[in-house]
Amino acid sequence: MKSNILFGASLLASVAVMSSAASAQTIGFSQIGSESGWRAAETTLTRMEAEKRGIDLKFADAQQKQENQIKALRSFIAQGVDGILLAPVVATGWDSVLEEAKEADIPVVLLDRMVDSSDDLYLTAVGSDLVHEGKVAGEWLVGEVGDAECNVVELQGTTGSSPAIDRKAGFEEGISGHDNIKIVRSQTGDFTRAKGKEVMESFLKAEGGGANICALYAHNDDMAVGAIQAIKEAGLKPGEDIKIVSIDAVPDIFQAMAAGEANATVELTPNMAGPAFDALDAFMKDGTVPPKFIQTESKLFTQADDPAAIYEEKKDLGY
Amino acid sequence: MNLVPESPPLLRAEHLSKSFPGTKALDDVGFALRASEVHALLGENGAGKSTLIKCLTGAYRRDAGDILLDGRSIDPKDTLHAQRLGIGTVYQEVNLLPNLTVAENLFLGHQPMRFGLISPRRMNADAEALLAQYGLAIDPARQLDSYSVAVQQVVAIARAVSLSGKVLILDEPTASLDQHEVQMLFGVIRGLKARGLGIIFISHFLDQVFAISDRITVLRNGRLVGTEPTANIDRLKLINMMLGRELAEETRKTGRVAPARTDTAKFRFEGMGKRGRIAPFDLDVHAGEVVGMAGLLGSGRTETAELLFGVSGHDGGEARKDGRPVRLASPRDAVAAGFGFLPEDRKSHGIISELSVRENIVLALQARLGWMKRISSRRQMAMADDFIRRLDIRTSDAEKPVGQLSGGNQQKVMLARWLATNPEFLILDEPTRGIDVGAHAEIIRLIEELCAGGMSLLVISSELDELVVYSNRVVVVRDRTHVAELVGENVTAERMVQAIAAPEKASAYAASSETVS
Amino acid sequence: MNARFLRRIAPQIATLAAVVALIAFVFPGFFDISLANGRLYGSPIDILNRGAPVALLAIGMTLVIATGGIDLSVGAVMAICGAVAAWCVRQDYGLVSTLAVSLSAGLACGVWNGFLVAVLRIQPIVATLILMVAGRGIAQLITEGAILTFNHEGLIFMGSGAVFAIPTPVLLWLAMGALVTLIVRRSALGLLIEAIGVNQRASMLSGVNARVLIVAVYMTSGLCAALAGIIAAADIRGADANNAGLWLELDAILAVVIGGTSLLGGRFSIVASLIGAMIIQAVNTGILLSGFPPEFNLVIKAGIILVILVLQSPALRVATTFIKPARSLR
Repeated sequence: MKSNILFGASLLASVAVMSSAASAQTIGFSQIGSESGWRAAETTLTRMEAEKRGIDLKFADAQQKQENQIKALRSFIAQGVDGILLAPVVATGWDSVLEEAKEADIPVVLLDRMVDSSDDLYLTAVGSDLVHEGKVAGEWLVGEVGDAECNVVELQGTTGSSPAIDRKAGFEEGISGHDNIKIVRSQTGDFTRAKGKEVMESFLKAEGGGANICALYAHNDDMAVGAIQAIKEAGLKPGEDIKIVSIDAVPDIFQAMAAGEANATVELTPNMAGPAFDALDAFMKDGTVPPKFIQTESKLFTQADDPAAIYEEKKDLGY
Repeated sequence: MNLVPESPPLLRAEHLSKSFPGTKALDDVGFALRASEVHALLGENGAGKSTLIKCLTGAYRRDAGDILLDGRSIDPKDTLHAQRLGIGTVYQEVNLLPNLTVAENLFLGHQPMRFGLISPRRMNADAEALLAQYGLAIDPARQLDSYSVAVQQVVAIARAVSLSGKVLILDEPTASLDQHEVQMLFGVIRGLKARGLGIIFISHFLDQVFAISDRITVLRNGRLVGTEPTANIDRLKLINMMLGRELAEETRKTGRVAPARTDTAKFRFEGMGKRGRIAPFDLDVHAGEVVGMAGLLGSGRTETAELLFGVSGHDGGEARKDGRPVRLASPRDAVAAGFGFLPEDRKSHGIISELSVRENIVLALQARLGWMKRISSRRQMAMADDFIRRLDIRTSDAEKPVGQLSGGNQQKVMLARWLATNPEFLILDEPTRGIDVGAHAEIIRLIEELCAGGMSLLVISSELDELVVYSNRVVVVRDRTHVAELVGENVTAERMVQAIAAPEKASAYAASSETVS
Repeated sequence: MNARFLRRIAPQIATLAAVVALIAFVFPGFFDISLANGRLYGSPIDILNRGAPVALLAIGMTLVIATGGIDLSVGAVMAICGAVAAWCVRQDYGLVSTLAVSLSAGLACGVWNGFLVAVLRIQPIVATLILMVAGRGIAQLITEGAILTFNHEGLIFMGSGAVFAIPTPVLLWLAMGALVTLIVRRSALGLLIEAIGVNQRASMLSGVNARVLIVAVYMTSGLCAALAGIIAAADIRGADANNAGLWLELDAILAVVIGGTSLLGGRFSIVASLIGAMIIQAVNTGILLSGFPPEFNLVIKAGIILVILVLQSPALRVATTFIKPARSLR
């Protein structure tokens, strides 16, 4: 903690020296790669946010390799950037390069994932709370069905992965105390459309052709999209006969919502850079030290939120 | 040479017999090895050398006979047991572990222990001392495969001797060594001999046998031909023992002394050769003619056959059929030209063991017709039944997997495969090896029939008397070169033996000899 | 001939019946089949339908394994061909040209594998590993990392349409299986492939054109994988380069093994492999219907497959042949 204060103090001094430069910053961004559509959208939004603020963003794609990220960070330090955004590919092995950044008085903000290093080596981390996302989904369902009996089937993420564990726990927390809502079947769909569809087919068979199912909770939108097809092929109306809530808020689910085939999704926002830039800005202007974890909003979208418009908005983000 | 004729044998085998389905691999063989003796064991493929060794080392259980070591009857159950009794073996392919160190290889399974742990330092020191006895000054802590095959060979010998210590069997130890390395190995062998070991030396290099051995035992078709002191025997006699029947007891068989052909040959091969395999040679084969090919194992006879069938390709020269050039770049080319080839190694190059007799018979014809023109099931059955009857193939039915047939019947199936294609030129490499007497006679009769029917044949055989029976001419191969061609009256076992033993003498007898360098 | 064929596939039929009986015991409504949206609907149909990709892969894999090879790349080829198909319809290609391009991509993958194995003589497991790893990357290049979705009715029909109430994928794998079986057994290909598998050297010395035939079987495998990839993409109306066909090469190999074809090559039966594929899918569907927590999925699957393979093991087969003569004596 002591070193943290020192770090802050020394930064404060350096900021004081070049405070005039606060409006035209240079920020380095080391991105993991583009392993998913969400990741691509994060990159797009980070660029857009930087442009909006007049920040000169130096972007480095690590192609899923930590050594590339460390190289990128060292080159940012050598170029003397004002701040660094890091979406770390793995949790360990960051100590030395983060210390180098600290010695150069360059604040580092972690995006989306955490590292195992001591928390005085970075300014803050911006991310989503997976448990909270599940809870938001659960609470939506509680509000939607009221006191009616409701049997829920759950499509889990990959067995044993942290999103699957946390989103399951959060949902159960959200519906707790409402005994009318019961999870009757829960099976893994591996976060994929194909498995989501296949597992949903078996749920429908196992639960009286779907007659016993009131709602579907999917740990991600892709599985929900697959399940929607299965429900349609079984001759039921997704969104009406079976309510559907999922997490992530990727564009395709808005399309489904616009068609009335899905009911709600909880956003895992790809805009991690916005809060990160805000925190950096505040820190540089007047030395405001942000909390060590900035939780992004887990925003709920329903059919009432003009899903067609959101789809148009989101479809070009690179999802 | 034979300094201690009266010394009792160290290892003796009496009336040893061993049969496999369809063949008698060892038939009442006696063998005696003295202490301080290098005893060469000779014979062509299938003579029974390896079966004898395997019986002595427990790899096979003998059917009958006794094995005595130091006068006491022994019954080795496996090679480990034989090793403990005192009989060690080193094979052609060094059977050590190339990725372990020299010392580990030497002591694997009985490493020197210290406080219940392997002591690498002591092991390396022990290894160094042991190898010094063999005149090897190498670092035993290095990986075995960082040394040459010759050094590995000596390490294998050192291990075998240190484990067993009485009898050492060397199976083709010089096959992959150069001249200098052979001399080094011989030094080691002489040292072991001086220490009182009995050494069985198996090799097909006759010069080496004469250089190192005290006595020679020759096997042939699973029987003992004889044991002679090396000093009492010359090259000619040795080859006679290996290839010919005892010439004295058997009057010369007269084959069909065919008059020299003056018409143009149906198949002409000119200057065909392949570097490192067989020197360029010329060969004519007329229609309705059997050309025999004689030579020792490794002389280049199989290489000749494979070259002619397009297996290995050829560097230069030209093949002609009826005066027109023929391409022989692959077996498919050869088959298309009407050739057929019965390989020497029936198991791995001939039969398709899991497939049925019927499928094996139709295979070559089907391959020539192409996959689109499937031979109908009915015709396949008819062909199979026809050949089973004609060649008297003993099988319960045509659907039996060919691997379950006896060697002789497998060979007949192989012949049927080629006869089904109506070949014009059939190359047979050791067609009568490893098969029972009945099938043997039938195959010889078949060769004569085919020839009479106008087919051209090239037949390679270690059975010189057999060659005499059916060959119009005989080509003799030695050191990967066609050294002589015997025709007419000169097609006799004696002439062949002479040509194989001493090519310069043979050419004097040959009516028309050609020596291609 | 027919009696022999039935004897050949009897163990697989019996295994399938046993697995289905087990599912019906755990889930009594298993055999309920109805007609919904002009399409047969029920768990047995699901097995036939969901088993389509593995069944298709197993057809090609059987031939490859019969030659003594193996094709690890089929899962990645599925991803490539699915991505190619999705890309084509998004470029407004017609259904016919889309299918032609995608199937050609599969054939090209097969040519590549066959070239490495037959011409360069790289061990099949290594040769096909190259495309297994690289193929998914190629697919990702085509989809640019995202799921390429499409709404082309014709292409979607390949995955979730139905003809005479039977789902298209079922018809496709049945037709492909029948076609390949027919070609292989009505021509001499079957014999030549088995000969190569048992003893390639002896076959070549008999004039068999092993090189061309080996390339041909890898091409067949690539074609089957392409069709499987098209079905997988059409099923979810999108090409998912990351997940399409993931690990399915292992299921396909398992199907061939359960079908009784030796991994060493030689005798093969496409029908038995197809039944093997259905056995695997029946196990998968059964697990989903059973309602056990997902943590048990793999353990249950492994357990059932272990039992199947032990029952079909040569050692046990020897034991049963001892019993049979005893019966006939009586």
